[in-house]
Amino acid sequence: MTPVPYRSNLRMLPELGEVTSMTQNETTLESEIADRVFRRGEDSAILRMSESEIQAYKPQDDRRMVVNMGPQHPSTHGVLRLSLEMEGETVIRSKPIIGYLHTGMEKTGEQLSYLQGATNVTRMDYSSPLFSELAFSLATEKLLEIEVPERAKWIRMLMCELNRISSHLLFQATNGMDIGAVGAMIYGWREREEVLRLLEKITGLRMNHNFIRPGGVAADLPDGWRDDTLQILSNLPERLEDFDGLFTGQPIWHERLQGVGVINSEECLALGVTGPLLRSTGYAWDLRKDMPYLHYDQVDFDVLVGTYGDCFDRFAIRLNEIRESIRIVYQILEKMPSGDYRTQDKKITPPPRTRIDESMEALIHHFKIFTEGFKVPAGEVYVAVESPRGELGCYIVSDGGPKPYRMHIRGPSFTNLQVLPHMLQNALVADAVAVISTVDPIMGEVDR
Amino acid sequence: MTEIDPQEDNNAETETNSAIPSDQTMYEVPISNSRGQTILHPDRDQYLDTIKKLSEDGFKVCIDVTAVDYLENPERDLPNSISPERFEVVINLLSHQKKERLRLRIQVPESDPVISSIFDFYPGSEALEREVYDLFGIEFEGHPDPTRILMPENWNGHPLRKDYDAGAIPVQFKNAPGAG
Repeated sequence: MTPVPYRSNLRMLPELGEVTSMTQNETTLESEIADRVFRRGEDSAILRMSESEIQAYKPQDDRRMVVNMGPQHPSTHGVLRLSLEMEGETVIRSKPIIGYLHTGMEKTGEQLSYLQGATNVTRMDYSSPLFSELAFSLATEKLLEIEVPERAKWIRMLMCELNRISSHLLFQATNGMDIGAVGAMIYGWREREEVLRLLEKITGLRMNHNFIRPGGVAADLPDGWRDDTLQILSNLPERLEDFDGLFTGQPIWHERLQGVGVINSEECLALGVTGPLLRSTGYAWDLRKDMPYLHYDQVDFDVLVGTYGDCFDRFAIRLNEIRESIRIVYQILEKMPSGDYRTQDKKITPPPRTRIDESMEALIHHFKIFTEGFKVPAGEVYVAVESPRGELGCYIVSDGGPKPYRMHIRGPSFTNLQVLPHMLQNALVADAVAVISTVDPIMGEVDR
Repeated sequence: MTEIDPQEDNNAETETNSAIPSDQTMYEVPISNSRGQTILHPDRDQYLDTIKKLSEDGFKVCIDVTAVDYLENPERDLPNSISPERFEVVINLLSHQKKERLRLRIQVPESDPVISSIFDFYPGSEALEREVYDLFGIEFEGHPDPTRILMPENWNGHPLRKDYDAGAIPVQFKNAPGAG
């Protein structure tokens, strides 16, 4: 195994669209891996066999063996299973085997009305549930061709950025634990719990909020939300310094992460990889900045990019994206307008409870919305948002009825998992743990 | 009670025609428009050429490959030259330079659910195509690893097809054995 050189010299970041591999000129090894993702045969990094074929597979070279990792392996983030073809401790080919959490959520989505749909999609990516709700709601609203009130948009942004903070803190916790810094879990969990407490106060639930719904959000922000948010925002930067102290400068941390699981921009684009993985290669693509939705064009923040596309860059990007999110939340607090938190279209929004006692129409609307659901004009749309893991898209086909004819969620974790075999090739099995961890897949979203 | 409000149904019917099929073309392929999003409708036989043109024209990322089974809903907005089939493979492409998305909808007949794989242009479509094969039974010709991905290997049927029943297990809430 040839070691990949790292941290040698800084280069200029590439222009958007102009793909250059950061380490292209440094070694011949790097130029070789430019086309590795297109390989089909035995030299590919992927062990392209079905499960039973892998079980029966005996490598011809008797130094090689096939080792099964997972699905109950503690570092595989739930139920990811990897089949590794190894030579000694070096991984030659591998294949992620998924589907252990498959519960047919897309099929379920076809049985639920648009109002119920958010309850379903929120269970996909359980560490950043508000983003799936947002993608689903935006897609439904695009089909309905309605505009949600300003306050609803800003509340959605607030919730999403808080969720991004909690999701990245979860990453810090699990990443540290996977690599052996068990203390990280305590710190990461403590910080995340504070954010979740605020989310619970606003939505009523720690996870699976079902808060962002077609037409707006479920409820207005509760009393004292501003103080609670400010409290978290003022505590967090100091706590993030702790993370820097614990990890960022530590030699052991560098040894474990730097130069491990290297991938370049070209490969990321070919594989459809998005989010922090793509940005770690120095490619500044963030949907919030480049194809803004909600009011992300009205807030000021930086898109963070790495240089080397290794595990360390992915760790550092996620840590610093928390800081950017804090910046965004401060601006949201300033700009939060007053007004309605959901659209006043009576056909879509259920009437307030008190109106039902007074008005026959309100009763009828309430009955219709909750028994039959509101009808959505026929058509099909794809809407994408930037989740903490990358592009989370929702594709809905409507036939004009109250339930989606087809509801598909494009989960970033699902697509991002495809880089695993390429990152793992020629790596040590101990590095596999670090690589899986920094890809940060959420299996609920992978398997749906 | 449900019959009190007839107006709602009228509204839904008048709005169904909002995406009017057009006869325009783009990359020599008929296009349509749904809520402001551009959709290309290439032929099944020629679509690899379209994919090639698009990938050379800056659409470097294949964001999503999925499919729709139009068994229960054969009527939909399509350009006049395209005849509807039971399955539709939907490919989402993204151009970072132009900052725009294009969607390809390719008709796939029920009798011959086979379509060429786009692996050679977008290797990232590998898992997505496997998912479509697994859940819809549409085969991708030239795919390097045509195996199931989400369902168990020995599973019968393709769950996201509309003639595949959703199924439900009755749940006993009261007087369940073992419940205190």
